Amino acid sequence: MRVRVLLFGQLKDIVGRQEESLELEPGSKLASVMAHYAERYPGLQGLTKSVACSINQEYAPRTAVLREGDEVGLLPPVSGGRA
Amino acid sequence: MTASKSEAKELRSEHCAIVREPIDLRDIKEDLEHPEDGAAILFEGVVRNNTRGRRTLYLDYEAYESMALNEMEKLAQAALERFKVRDVSLVHRLGRLQIGETSVVIGVGSPHRAAAFEACRWLIDSLKKTVPIWKKEYFEDGAVWADGEAFPDDHPSKPEPASPGTQ
Repeated sequence: MRVRVLLFGQLKDIVGRQEESLELEPGSKLASVMAHYAERYPGLQGLTKSVACSINQEYAPRTAVLREGDEVGLLPPVSGGRA
Repeated sequence: MTASKSEAKELRSEHCAIVREPIDLRDIKEDLEHPEDGAAILFEGVVRNNTRGRRTLYLDYEAYESMALNEMEKLAQAALERFKVRDVSLVHRLGRLQIGETSVVIGVGSPHRAAAFEACRWLIDSLKKTVPIWKKEYFEDGAVWADGEAFPDDHPSKPEPASPGTQ
């Protein structure tokens, strides 16, 4: 199955792309998306603990099971606002 | 930085907006005005000229825009339930911002000031923890993504705690 992955902030710079399509085994969890990136991009390994994930624009735990066509967001700690 | 293709000029929900142009404070205040209110608060987050003493040139804000608007609206609804305030308004600006420009505005209208201050404080603190917006700071000698605050412990996306002994 395929999912769409959106990368933000530092993650986008490390991967060099904002968006990717990823082929996964059916029944894969969010954790396997993180593992995929940590393996492919060593620079990302130190960040995985602080990164939050979303599925279809809602925050989700790493144990959440993905479905065909899901939109996955990999979100570094946020820094909006000011002061 | 390449901007996302589907970048909307402006996104709006019932109480919130994500904009790319300078934020108009008067508009927000006028929208909040109500004869039953005794308090109207506008908090402005402003781009500072330094980070820990290092001179900042300008900032770029980016967001997971549709999700950011949803998360802002959730905070707005939560504030209306949690505090005795009549109305709230959250506006965040994206793109390149210069020193002194306003990046975020929280507006609260309420019959009494205590609840308005509390709601306003809670909204800006919560926004900075959970709304997916990031800023890149540009200095004379380079640029870095600002350190965000760690996601709260009760956050739904919080990774499993590391097992003892691992780091």
